[in-house]
Amino acid sequence: MFRSKTFSLLKPISLMSGQPRLAYKCIHPAIASHGHRCHRRSVDARERYKSCPGSAGGRTISAPQTKIMAEEELPGVLILDIGGTHGVLENLAVLLKKHFCLITMKEFLENKKEMSKKIQSVFVFECRPTIDQELLESLPNLKVIGNSGVGVDHLDLKMIANFGIKVTNTPHAVADSTADMGMALMLASARRLVEGCQIALSPDTKYFAVDWLGVEVTRATLGIIGMGNIGYKVAQRARAFNMRILYHNRNQRKEEEEAVGAHYCEKMEDLLQQSDFVMLVVNLTPETHKLIGKKELGLMKPTATLINISRGAVIDQDALVEALQNKIVRAAALDVTYPEPLPRDHPLLKLNNIIITPHIGTATVQALRMMAEEAIANMLAVLNGQPIPSEVFPK
Amino acid sequence: MEGQELPYVLIDYIGGKHGVYEDHIEFLEKYFHLITMKEYLENKKLLGKKIRAVYMWYQKPVISEELLQNLPNLKIVASSGVGIDHLDLNLLSSYGVKLSNTPFAVSTDTADFGMALMLASSRRLVEGHQMAISPDTEYFPADWLGAEVSGATLGIVGMGTIGYKVAQRAKAFEMKILYHNRNQRTKEEESAVGAIYCKKIDDLLQQSDFVLLSVKLTPQTHRLIGKRELELMKPTATLINISRGLVVDQDALVEALQNKTVKAAALDVTYPEPLPRDHPLLKMKNVIITPHIGSATKKTRRLMMENMMESIQAGLSGLPIPNEVLL
Repeated sequence: MFRSKTFSLLKPISLMSGQPRLAYKCIHPAIASHGHRCHRRSVDARERYKSCPGSAGGRTISAPQTKIMAEEELPGVLILDIGGTHGVLENLAVLLKKHFCLITMKEFLENKKEMSKKIQSVFVFECRPTIDQELLESLPNLKVIGNSGVGVDHLDLKMIANFGIKVTNTPHAVADSTADMGMALMLASARRLVEGCQIALSPDTKYFAVDWLGVEVTRATLGIIGMGNIGYKVAQRARAFNMRILYHNRNQRKEEEEAVGAHYCEKMEDLLQQSDFVMLVVNLTPETHKLIGKKELGLMKPTATLINISRGAVIDQDALVEALQNKIVRAAALDVTYPEPLPRDHPLLKLNNIIITPHIGTATVQALRMMAEEAIANMLAVLNGQPIPSEVFPK
Repeated sequence: MEGQELPYVLIDYIGGKHGVYEDHIEFLEKYFHLITMKEYLENKKLLGKKIRAVYMWYQKPVISEELLQNLPNLKIVASSGVGIDHLDLNLLSSYGVKLSNTPFAVSTDTADFGMALMLASSRRLVEGHQMAISPDTEYFPADWLGAEVSGATLGIVGMGTIGYKVAQRAKAFEMKILYHNRNQRTKEEESAVGAIYCKKIDDLLQQSDFVLLSVKLTPQTHRLIGKRELELMKPTATLINISRGLVVDQDALVEALQNKTVKAAALDVTYPEPLPRDHPLLKMKNVIITPHIGSATKKTRRLMMENMMESIQAGLSGLPIPNEVLL
């Protein structure tokens, strides 16, 4: 699978071995005598990157052909860190290393002069490293910021564009796992799964009451706000539950409507008034900021559930607290909040008709791997002057 | 006046933790004169002869031989839900009493719940929620991961009405679906959900990422999943039980989870329910247990009630009984 020449300074490394981070560094600047040189490797044409064995069957994203670099360096990619609380996961760093010379923020800051010229790309993982003006000014050869994930609301697209730097995201890699998460939250909320689990495990439980009920999902009405890649996959799944599917989107999707039996609601109000479950699957932009506020919650059925798998700021959180407390809506299930995590004294944490998950919409081994592969493919396309699969443009 | 003409039907009690739902009573009283166990016991001599049906809501009232002897005109027992493992079928048969259940009313909700458990388990939803609300949480770690449902392999053990509905739902997640059943389903049924028959349960166990049990409990399925079966499963696999606790050898399951023979379990049913509060299953991070809520929605419970009413009516009129369980 993964083979590379290693410097004599480094011990051979194996995948996901839990080796300390040092093993992945190209070379320690203190040891380098004649500048930083990343090892090169020759690769055959088109490699296919398969997911881990035993994982979701065979979905792959193929990396573009890496040219055989004769005595040239691999392009440098800046990452926050490898491992630790917020760093790139070790097995993903291994993927990056096939095509890039990895430079961590620490290495960069310790040797800005040397490193800054090497860095042609930045791999933004879980919104880090932070891309600000100062950073961009210090990276004269930066061509592309490859984001892991589809949301780019944490990036100042205009500012980045002003530097002539491209931004790419990973819309395909996130779709299945995020749609799955939306369905998981809808089902868990409707059937009061978390509460039920607490009862089943509680030391005080003596019996299971028979009048303890949730609400149905099958044949209920699901309103999808934002029918992009992810929203469409949600609709595909919901259809198998015989749900009646409404959707609101900037544009109607006539061809796909029939395939999933979805009805277009030009006015979001219509969707809100008819839905038993309202699922937010939009991206966060100035237009969708606080899209769901007091008015929108008031339009929803009192028996309805709000599910958010987009971004916390799409909802007016204070209005949501009020709506849940006053039973304006039945319940909410949020994979995203603003901020993440919420302050520990936030009222949302105290409600019993809410499920909150720690932004795990793409937190699967398979999805993270696919996101890294998609980001790599995008970054390489930019650096090789090829068509870019998923470029994001400022408005 | 009306009450005297309506057939007398025995129930356990109304409301409270285990009784017939109060908001069902109005409907039922249009068709039956309901007698609670308390009322019956206070006036056995008179009421015993009048009672012609038992409305068994969540396994109550319990049917004993003594009760059957004292209800000479009992024609039919309508049992809520689909499971009948709590009933002595031979006993009923020997008294010439007919039996009905509610298999179709529960099927959709139970299938939905099987999917809910599978998704919640694979994505660590309960653990995630606990982290999100815990007072100790300062940040969300990047290496906190679950596993995909989409594209994974689901093995359905027991492809009856419920199992088939699970397959229909799982198909939309592009899951590979294997199934084991007493009988193979028709080609059309198989291809509609893309399900592949595994004549030997071993084949299913060895290939599945998720093993979902949707069999009914019979002497043949008692402890169907034991140490051997758990060892055949992948160490990365999850066991989901929406059938009956006794289908699984619980001690073997505890051991398998502790030794990481299997990755996780999600159980809507256990034996007994609830489990004793010191049971090892309650302490395991990789186990989700829910309080037997597979069919616990308002609509479904109401539908069950209506089905039971229809079965009793038919049974008392000598008409073909909907949802009859042949004894």
